[in-house]
Amino acid sequence: MDKDSNKATFLFSTGMVIVIAILLSLAAIGLGPYQAKNIRIEKMQNILSAVAIRTTPKNAEDIFLKFITEQVVLDKKGDIVTSNIAAFDIDLKKELDKAKTGDGDKELFPLFVCNNEGKSFYVIPLRGKGLWGPIWGYIALEGDMNTVYGVSFGHKSETPGLGAEIEMTQFLEQFVGKKIFDESGHFVSVKVLKGGGAPNNLHGVDAVSGATVTSNGVSEMLKRTLNNYIPYFKKTK
Amino acid sequence: MSTDTIKAPTKAKEPAAPLFSAKNKRLLFDPLNDNNPITVQVLGICSALAVTVKMKPSIVMAIAVLVVTAFSNLIISCIRNIIPTRIRIIVQLTIVAAMVILVDQFLKAFVFDVSKQLSVFVGLIITNCIVMGRLEAYAMANKPWPSFLDGIGNGLGYGLILVIVSTIRELLGSGELMGFRIIPESIYKMGYFNNSLIIMPPMALIIVGLIIWVQRSRNPKLIEPR
Repeated sequence: MDKDSNKATFLFSTGMVIVIAILLSLAAIGLGPYQAKNIRIEKMQNILSAVAIRTTPKNAEDIFLKFITEQVVLDKKGDIVTSNIAAFDIDLKKELDKAKTGDGDKELFPLFVCNNEGKSFYVIPLRGKGLWGPIWGYIALEGDMNTVYGVSFGHKSETPGLGAEIEMTQFLEQFVGKKIFDESGHFVSVKVLKGGGAPNNLHGVDAVSGATVTSNGVSEMLKRTLNNYIPYFKKTK
Repeated sequence: MSTDTIKAPTKAKEPAAPLFSAKNKRLLFDPLNDNNPITVQVLGICSALAVTVKMKPSIVMAIAVLVVTAFSNLIISCIRNIIPTRIRIIVQLTIVAAMVILVDQFLKAFVFDVSKQLSVFVGLIITNCIVMGRLEAYAMANKPWPSFLDGIGNGLGYGLILVIVSTIRELLGSGELMGFRIIPESIYKMGYFNNSLIIMPPMALIIVGLIIWVQRSRNPKLIEPR
């Protein structure tokens, strides 16, 4: 058969596509468990880095089990619920999407309690929008459920050198010691501001210059996600 | 091209040619210097600038490109006689894309941290001109074994430049090599600073330019007649 005939061309391309599709699906199925494990470990590392515990991928799981003593699932009213998914496996994106479909009151929020040198810290996962895609992170509050102990942020595709700077230590360090409630006990969150506000501003950090949308996204993410935990904090305090 | 390839199977009297004959060795080592894909052919520059801030991602990237060029060359060469001429570029692209996805999946499974640093650049190997260039120029007209060597050679040539550039950039830009501190604390205390300019992509272009300059002035084959 002439290899340049229409028939041969169709046969060849169909055959090639089928062979490659099978090959790639086999690879995806075969390597899936390893990739899922890496993502789990990365999540543990991110949670731990919010409470300033440095880990390597190798020891992350052991350290996580040692320090994170409690993982609870909260509902919208701030009560601890027994859900059939573990707090660690809750996909915050799916929970936040429930509001769109009218299931807003069924949202579940994970909370991780970390015990380090006799003190407890509360680690809360965050999720919001940056300029180009989703941003996420973890914020650790001290035992008073008010003072920020540490944060860690991640992003899908923010601009390197601008929005992507939210991952850098210089930006993250600014959050330490900030407070999410004002003196009269109202929730005000921590805002990312141009100029950072006054030096003694307990609720503002300096934004990344040239990354206004990402900075606003971080403010918005903190405010919106933390808001879900306020009922729990008020009840527990 | 077509007459060559049709003759090849009938001329089955050469299987005794050694695997590493002088000609095959040239395929392997020419791209390291005389015919380097980056410094002589100036292909694949984009990724070379982007991933060379640190040595570890550069080495992983070099290995990834090497695997993709070698195996896509091999596969294309094996099926070169049945590829319909009119869709040959699409076929090449599909094979390359499949190889790149495989490599990307492996990186995500086994070197997750590096895979995150390389982010989009592994995917962009698909558009790396070296890969398509070698397929179209070499693998479509040559037997599998020489094509495979040609792929490895070009992957090595690409990797060599990546490693040289990233060594310079990591040492001057972060004072480290492979993540280990090389420049001692005491020198920093005396007022030494890491050159943060060298971390920026433009400096990689300048370093590649300097490498081309040195190579062209020293390699007699590359000196153009006045």
